[in-house]
Amino acid sequence: MQGLITVFWKELADDFTRWRFVILFALVFGVAVFAIYMDAQYIREAVTETRFVFLQLYTASGQALPLFIFFFTFFMPIIGVTLGFDAINGEKSSGTLSRLLSQPIYRDAVINGKFLAGVITIAIMLVSVVLLVAGVGLRMIGIPPSSEEAVRLIAFLFVSIIYGAFWLGLAVLFSVFFRRVATSALASIAVWLLFIFMFAFPFFAQLSGQLGLTIMRISPITLFWEVATVLLIPGARTLGQMAQASAIPSSALSAGQSLLIIWPHLISLLALTTICFAISYVKFMREEIRST
Amino acid sequence: MSTQSVVETVDLTKAYNGTTVVNKLNLHIEEGEIFGFLGPNGAGKTTTILMLLGLTEPTSGVARIYGYNSTREPLKVKRISGYVPEKVGFYEDLTAHHNLAYTARLNGLPEKLVRKRVGESLDVVGLSEMAERKVGQFSAGMKQRLAIADILVKAPKVAFLDEPTSGIDPRGINRILDLIARIARERRMTVVLSSHQLYQVQRICSHVGILAKGQMVVEGPLDKLGREAFGGGQFRIEVQLTEVTSDVIDGIKRIDGVVSVERSGDSLLISCLQDLRPQIAKAIVEANGLLVQMRIQSYALEDIYMKYSGDA
Repeated sequence: MQGLITVFWKELADDFTRWRFVILFALVFGVAVFAIYMDAQYIREAVTETRFVFLQLYTASGQALPLFIFFFTFFMPIIGVTLGFDAINGEKSSGTLSRLLSQPIYRDAVINGKFLAGVITIAIMLVSVVLLVAGVGLRMIGIPPSSEEAVRLIAFLFVSIIYGAFWLGLAVLFSVFFRRVATSALASIAVWLLFIFMFAFPFFAQLSGQLGLTIMRISPITLFWEVATVLLIPGARTLGQMAQASAIPSSALSAGQSLLIIWPHLISLLALTTICFAISYVKFMREEIRST
Repeated sequence: MSTQSVVETVDLTKAYNGTTVVNKLNLHIEEGEIFGFLGPNGAGKTTTILMLLGLTEPTSGVARIYGYNSTREPLKVKRISGYVPEKVGFYEDLTAHHNLAYTARLNGLPEKLVRKRVGESLDVVGLSEMAERKVGQFSAGMKQRLAIADILVKAPKVAFLDEPTSGIDPRGINRILDLIARIARERRMTVVLSSHQLYQVQRICSHVGILAKGQMVVEGPLDKLGREAFGGGQFRIEVQLTEVTSDVIDGIKRIDGVVSVERSGDSLLISCLQDLRPQIAKAIVEANGLLVQMRIQSYALEDIYMKYSGDA
């Protein structure tokens, strides 16, 4: 336990002091500011249509695609990958891993501590962004969130963190398997692009009904997109197509019902994350430290 | 147990995909020794050290440190042993102090002690002034000294240094070696030092073991090693004359203790049981030979080392 906590704090401190973190944070805040700016222009017309005024802060953009959800879906992978792509092989190539493992700590303290620190970093980043938008929005529209909206936002944050953790887990997985840092980074990016491709060109969705959707939902990007849509746009009830959701704005679901719809998604995301982490864990634990 | 070895291996064997890297190695290192672990590259030195520390599992056999089984009780072993890997690395964007403090915390040192212990360790290796500098700016020699400070932080009973002198300039090498010798003496620390560079090891080691192809070929205290390894406790004396005559050879052969006399050109190679130089000189003079020079061949470790590393 001692080892885990020590590794965790060290990695957390590292995550927060690296340049890559500063760049990521700048990117994320840039996105948030941009989203608020778009909101400011469209929120007035949106407000008249719905009783979920506060959530409109995150979804109103005048575009077919809600900007905030869009950025979360596509940039969260970058955050996760950036935080984890060199977790293990970086330490190997810099020669610190064997020194680290010769200390009296359990080996899993290293990988657990790193993963945990990454997840916490992601969580801090996301929470602060959502709060930032909430704060600015609150001043702008002067309407506090209803309890239902709060529940939806918290659920959204929770799922976002899991989604981020998946990408972090994937990056860590590659960093355990590949010797070179560049290779593991590229592999993660490749997976990211593959899933984006699947999402952007949904030829699987055109397969007969349920089968196509099932294949699409292997991709965490699809999963998260659907979850985010259902949570932040209460009118959404049918998954997959955004157009359908916005077509029936008046028939909003309760938070409980929305959660019920996305429950399987949530479980799938958690499962994917767990699988990634479990594989890297086992591989790392069994790996032999060798000379050279 | 009072007679317990610090390091002990019993038939320690490691094979990677059918290639035996370490082959039934039996090693005993006693408290307070500076043990030079010699051998050409690829002889299995690093693998042996990794197995001793419980970082690699042996294929068969047992490794123990202070009686703790390295494979089954790695944490206990790691608590009392320090390890400097061959290509030792630090977190380059952290300061020297932070790097060592991390090690201290990983060893469960209470927060109050961390700063003190790190300061002391940096002091010993002469890096106190660099404490707040980032390790990325350090030279290879400084990093190596930092690595030694790093193991001092955990105050181990035994230290394993894998090729501590590789990639360092000659002055730096001497500095490191003196440092190691001094620390071992002052802190009563047992040191296992691997190297493929014999003369360095000779300087500070009390005991040596030469490893070739995963097997220990010679092991023992440095001063005794030479003669045991070669020629069964014999001295070899080389005599150069202006002219070699059979009278001279016969004269030498008559001396008590001379085992054999070989002739090559104008010199003679004499094997004998003791240092018989005075008697040989006398015999040559008595046989009217003219002595040019006489030399006793001491078996430097180097001869042994070259012999075995040549085979590998």
